[in-house]
Amino acid sequence: MDFWTDPYLFLVNWLHGLLVGWGLPDAIASFILMFAGAFVLAMGAMLFVLGLIWFERKLVGRFQDRFGPNRVGPWGIIQPLADMLKIFTKEHITPAGVDPLPYNLGPVLAVAAVLAIWAVLPFTISLVGADLDVSVLYVVAIGGLGEIAVVLSGWGSNNKYALLAAFRSVAQLLSYEVPLVIALLVPVMLSGSLSLNQIVREQGVWYIVLAPVAAFIFFIASIAEVGRSPFDLTEAESELVAGFNIEYSGLKFGMFYVADFLHAFTISLLFAVLFLGGWRGPYAEQYPLLGLVYFMLKAGAVYFINIWMRASFPRFRIDQMMGISWKLLTPLAIGAVILTAVIDKLLPGGELLPYGDYVRVGVMLGANLVLVVIAGALMALQKRKHMLQEFPIAASKGFTVRDVSVNRGTK
Amino acid sequence: MSAAQVLFILVSTVTLFSAVMVVSVRRMMHAALWLIVSLLGVAVLFVLLQAGFFAMVQVLIYIGAISILIIFAVMLTRQVMSEKIPQLNRGWVAGLVAAGGLMIILAFVFRDFPGSLATTMGDPSAGDVVTLGKALADPNGFAIPFELASILLVAALIGTIYIAMERKGGEQ
Amino acid sequence: MMNAWLYIGLFLVIALALPAAAIFISYILGPKKPDPVKRSVYECGIETVGETWVQFKAQYYIFGLIFLVFDVETVFLYPWAAAYNQLTLFMVLEAVLFILILVGGLLYAWRKGALEWV
Repeated sequence: MDFWTDPYLFLVNWLHGLLVGWGLPDAIASFILMFAGAFVLAMGAMLFVLGLIWFERKLVGRFQDRFGPNRVGPWGIIQPLADMLKIFTKEHITPAGVDPLPYNLGPVLAVAAVLAIWAVLPFTISLVGADLDVSVLYVVAIGGLGEIAVVLSGWGSNNKYALLAAFRSVAQLLSYEVPLVIALLVPVMLSGSLSLNQIVREQGVWYIVLAPVAAFIFFIASIAEVGRSPFDLTEAESELVAGFNIEYSGLKFGMFYVADFLHAFTISLLFAVLFLGGWRGPYAEQYPLLGLVYFMLKAGAVYFINIWMRASFPRFRIDQMMGISWKLLTPLAIGAVILTAVIDKLLPGGELLPYGDYVRVGVMLGANLVLVVIAGALMALQKRKHMLQEFPIAASKGFTVRDVSVNRGTK
Repeated sequence: MSAAQVLFILVSTVTLFSAVMVVSVRRMMHAALWLIVSLLGVAVLFVLLQAGFFAMVQVLIYIGAISILIIFAVMLTRQVMSEKIPQLNRGWVAGLVAAGGLMIILAFVFRDFPGSLATTMGDPSAGDVVTLGKALADPNGFAIPFELASILLVAALIGTIYIAMERKGGEQ
Repeated sequence: MMNAWLYIGLFLVIALALPAAAIFISYILGPKKPDPVKRSVYECGIETVGETWVQFKAQYYIFGLIFLVFDVETVFLYPWAAAYNQLTLFMVLEAVLFILILVGGLLYAWRKGALEWV
């Protein structure tokens, strides 16, 4: 374990030796190193957001056939820094009658809830903040804290619209958390552990191959949890006057913005950990830094798809959004769990050998495909029934749902 | 005094203090927020007892779902920020006596329980999530309570939907 | 294992302190010119009329309740899923029964119209 194969472990051991050599007891030295590590990780994540903002703005610009920022620095790379400096010096306009503690705690908690997820992500084979044995539940529980942050902000603003938008946002978050936690059961089942570190180590075959439906549900549900397009109804400029962060100005608003981007990248990291094999790749075990590179590349690819979706799809209406979560994603997730549980037990043979057991991969893929086909058939049946109910004459004449605008009827 | 004991005393103080604040602040919304602090304190106590799974379940269910429901329920009343509601009703002395008596009785009952005076961490060999899972599914273990729990949950779901839908139907 | 939780605790403290410190720095750096018009509550540019409370739809509460039931169900399923590799087919089918009972509850909610937004 010299410097070139594993610089991180080498550095940690060297620092530890240095601190002990200065006369500190072992526990204190470990504590100081732990604190330093946590600080570097948190600070690094927050500074990383600048790069994320630049990436997103350039990409969205390109999707919209324009350049994106390109004046400030080469390819506009200093633009987010300039924006950050600007927002740091804006006035904090506090409206009258706010409840001071919830009002100020809201943005801080929103960022903290996202940052906290970085503590359990396995970056390489040896670099993980906290190797909890219940990391998967920890990630979901932290999402719950994020919901509280929304309620605090909406409540603390002393503004009807902010409160209404906060409730809508919480209803959206609650609705999409159900398919999210149910779909998360599948990687836990396949790997036999609730620890993210263990899930990555068990992925001889990436879980996106073994459980594509669960991966899809997790992807969609996590985009809705972040509140990005096409699920950004509660914070869009044309709806409910920009949502629960109306009364925030300056850096407090900037914190919500940071939390949004960081959360989007964090769920890309989570997707890579759970379904794309995290840091796994050729030679990742011998050279851990290579594992980090693979991890970031995979997360970057998922983030790219995320931005692509944002730039391409129109926003959902609130009743469409709720309908998708409760009536499509939840039953589909439950079906995926039951299917994976039963089929995997019925397959002959023991453990999955890496790159070996093609039968298992084939059967799981096939079973997922069958599930998708059944779901599609049920949906088509439902549409047909609805069409017959609402437009009997058109249905009898042989029109399909594509020819008639099906209004789900918001009263 | 080891670090664990200090931490335990600190966390317990925060939890008990916020529990007292829940019932004594004037504004209902603040009471809900203090409840969240109290539940977080309980979650940290679970961590100190080496029960990480239950700490996460506490945060997930209590803070992520039940606190939100309580805040929604608080919103349903119209006097969320009113300061004119009396804090105590007429029977508060009897309530205090009853609660104090119960606490004394419980203290006597728990005095003989071996683990009650320990302020150090719990038993690390008590098992982990996998053991819990096997026990839950094992026919000789807790399989029947497992199934009964699901029936209980569905009963709760059907009950509340029935009541809520009746009310909504009645309003319309 | 306690090391991991200690790290989490430290990390949460840092994660709360960093944005708080940033907001505090920004508060010091920014101008402070309070003004009654600036401090008034934003309501699409019109003056506020009446108290600030909203007519609360019962539907929010129903969604919260259904979410709670499914959350507790999933919490029961996580230990089972973690122990999956060591279970027999019978135990797996038990849990499938558990899930199906709750699917029945979901179907009831669906038919009763509890899942509609309105």
